[in-house]
Amino acid sequence: MLALDEIDLAIMRATQAGLSLSPQPYQVIAEQLGLTADIVMARMAVMQDSGIIRRIGAVPNHYKLGYRFNGMTVWNVPDDRIDELGVKVGQLTFVSHCYHRPRHLPDWPYNLFAMVHGKTQADVDTQIQQITELLGTDNQACDVLYSTKILKKTGFRSRS
Amino acid sequence: MLTALHKRLLNDFQRDFPLSSRPYQEIADMLGVSEADVLTALTELNDNHYISRIGPIIPPNQLGVSTLVAMSVPEQQIQTVADKISAYAEVNHNYQREHQFNLWFVAIATNAEHLQCLLNAIEQDTGYSALSLPLIDDFFIDLGFKLDLQHA
Repeated sequence: MLALDEIDLAIMRATQAGLSLSPQPYQVIAEQLGLTADIVMARMAVMQDSGIIRRIGAVPNHYKLGYRFNGMTVWNVPDDRIDELGVKVGQLTFVSHCYHRPRHLPDWPYNLFAMVHGKTQADVDTQIQQITELLGTDNQACDVLYSTKILKKTGFRSRS
Repeated sequence: MLTALHKRLLNDFQRDFPLSSRPYQEIADMLGVSEADVLTALTELNDNHYISRIGPIIPPNQLGVSTLVAMSVPEQQIQTVADKISAYAEVNHNYQREHQFNLWFVAIATNAEHLQCLLNAIEQDTGYSALSLPLIDDFFIDLGFKLDLQHA
């Protein structure tokens, strides 16, 4: 695992509010941090190659683009099957996140989380049906939690 | 109303944003428009909140330790409790959801000890117990989200 130093962390912090919408955005960050644009780009390239950065690009606001129905689908699947099933669910085009998380019995029996996004309730119902079919008899229980209110949404922050 | 350029910028540049000194020029060259056209279109998308930002996306737990927390809070108190939770700098997503567990947030801390202290503090502060569901595995290969913008 690549060790991030203070310069990497400073670059990550400086970019989380978004790159500047001006011709030389990396130069803007470089000037803020007392670096050169070449160093900023080189460090970001290394972080991207090592997976610290998953991708660099535009982050669309699904809700504003008409995807008003956002469901957190949760499933109880056998632990010895979850790796295989999770990869399959994570590949579905309408799934934006897919995670294995611990159960917390008896209140929380679910171990597989998949976020789905649709423009209508019917879209989301169809998506849930697709996941249900994919999981088959490994689906021992499931639920869907729709968000009713976004109370806070910000990018990564790290306390220094 | 989104133009063809807006739509291409939204769908084709969720990844592989150029790491070069003039990235918007590079995008402009790919799309056969000017750098100014790209910057104007992206500024419009940004100002109208069609995009939340352009920048690097970091997978969970790459920087610090995070967890997803669920709370069960009486309906009439949810805004008060949510406001208290959102006030913590370590909390970066906070959603109200329709469920017995109706408040869901992500907390990120520098290390496991800091995270535990934070969860203890939130429980004390709000008076409700925090169900912590930290990530065990991430199955998602994040290539961006294919948007259907036909009617956008």
